[in-house]
Amino acid sequence: MDDMQKIILEYVTREYLEDDSQTINPDTPLISGGIVDSFSMVSLKRFLENKYGISIPDDKATPEAFDTVNKICTLVREFKK
Amino acid sequence: MAYPDQIKQTYQKEIQDIRDAGLFKEERFIHAPQAADITVEFPEGSKLQPAINMCSNNYLGLSSHPEVLKAAHEGLDSRGYGMSSVRFICGTQDIHRELEQKVTKFLGTEATILFPSCMDANAGVFEAVLNDKDVMIADRLVHASIIDGMRLCKAQQDTFKHSDMAHLEEKLLLHADKRIRLIITDGVFSMDGDTAKLDEIVRLAEKHGALVFVDDSHGSGYIGKTGRGTHEKCGVTGRIDIITTTFGKALGGASGGCVSGRREIVELCRQKARPYLFSNTMAPVIVTGVLRVLDLLFQSTERRDKLERNTIHWRKGLTEAGFVLKEGDTSIVPVMLFNAKLAQDVSRDLYAEGVYAMGFFFPVVPKGQARIRTQVSAGHETHHLDKALAAFRKVGQKYDILGKSKDEIIQKYGL
Repeated sequence: MDDMQKIILEYVTREYLEDDSQTINPDTPLISGGIVDSFSMVSLKRFLENKYGISIPDDKATPEAFDTVNKICTLVREFKK
Repeated sequence: MAYPDQIKQTYQKEIQDIRDAGLFKEERFIHAPQAADITVEFPEGSKLQPAINMCSNNYLGLSSHPEVLKAAHEGLDSRGYGMSSVRFICGTQDIHRELEQKVTKFLGTEATILFPSCMDANAGVFEAVLNDKDVMIADRLVHASIIDGMRLCKAQQDTFKHSDMAHLEEKLLLHADKRIRLIITDGVFSMDGDTAKLDEIVRLAEKHGALVFVDDSHGSGYIGKTGRGTHEKCGVTGRIDIITTTFGKALGGASGGCVSGRREIVELCRQKARPYLFSNTMAPVIVTGVLRVLDLLFQSTERRDKLERNTIHWRKGLTEAGFVLKEGDTSIVPVMLFNAKLAQDVSRDLYAEGVYAMGFFFPVVPKGQARIRTQVSAGHETHHLDKALAAFRKVGQKYDILGKSKDEIIQKYGL
């Protein structure tokens, strides 16, 4: 697991998981799996923008693009270029 | 063809998918007024069966109270059946103004506006008072009608973990650049029966210059020493900016709801809230019924006091029997079974024993948190509760879950 995966995984765990019994990995479905609801995505988007100094347009911040930590990393790398 | 086969088949498949997922809802037909003792036809066409109702929102037992019925009849005679109009054209009667003033006094707010339902109040209020420069920060367990209302509003949406004040404060800081930050919560959470920490929420709101919205549909009428609601219980009367509530639960049980709170917010709803502007006025018969309900509650706390005693008796009985309950002190008492099929089986067997109590499971509650949600009423007498407790014990014994912990039940039945 690289640094970006670790950082985002840690944020998602702290922000969205309700108790310690739940664990996720970089391929766990977050939105389609009911862990993150669409209302709560705004925090994640803001976290990514602040942490990586990027701006993610609303039309790119889709539930599909945010569905796993790995997909989120791909999105972040696209905007970091 | 107006209704092509292809579309018909698409809908039929969707309905079948709901059945296959075990989520198909079948209505039970009650051949009686709403009360502790009811007569039920279920499944459709079957012989009528008497049952003790343990799942209505009739918290104060006023849905069929003789004085409320009398007031409704008087309203029908003096103001007619309907107004055939929205409020702002020719649908406002003197009794609508009287009810708005009386609700304001009851809740301890500045002003009130009536809506056809609390669902409509929640659908209209956010869009009327917020715009895209604002943010709505909602508890993650708020009612579905609030979520729908938030979806209709252009303000940014965010959430905080259920009743987690540290997380809420993080969100208030995160959104410090917004024009308005509106904290959104239920007063009583309808599935778990716990109450919002309104004292702490108000303290945070005042510290950060945010506003507070509370949907107190499951609290109005019986929470707090005089039943004014969750804000009374938490000692923050007059400090909640927006309260929405329903007249369809403790406050008579018919229908209708309201937005009550800051004068300017109520006025903006009157000018802009679409469910208010574009749906019919509350029927006179319901308005006079609710007026009488509020008079009864101003006169005495007897009914909410009885409900409190009933709730203590019910919780104690279930606990002593060995069921796992959700912690709380409201009249919503969830009996936790964790497994969805077990919840359905227990509900069915309770019905066979003459107790009407529904099982709830995903997606209504989170996966692995299936339950029987029981609701106590001031309309229950001790003999109702004791008979229902005996049925719960019998069914609990059958499934060998009495005295078992959460982990033991999950081990036995799975999630």
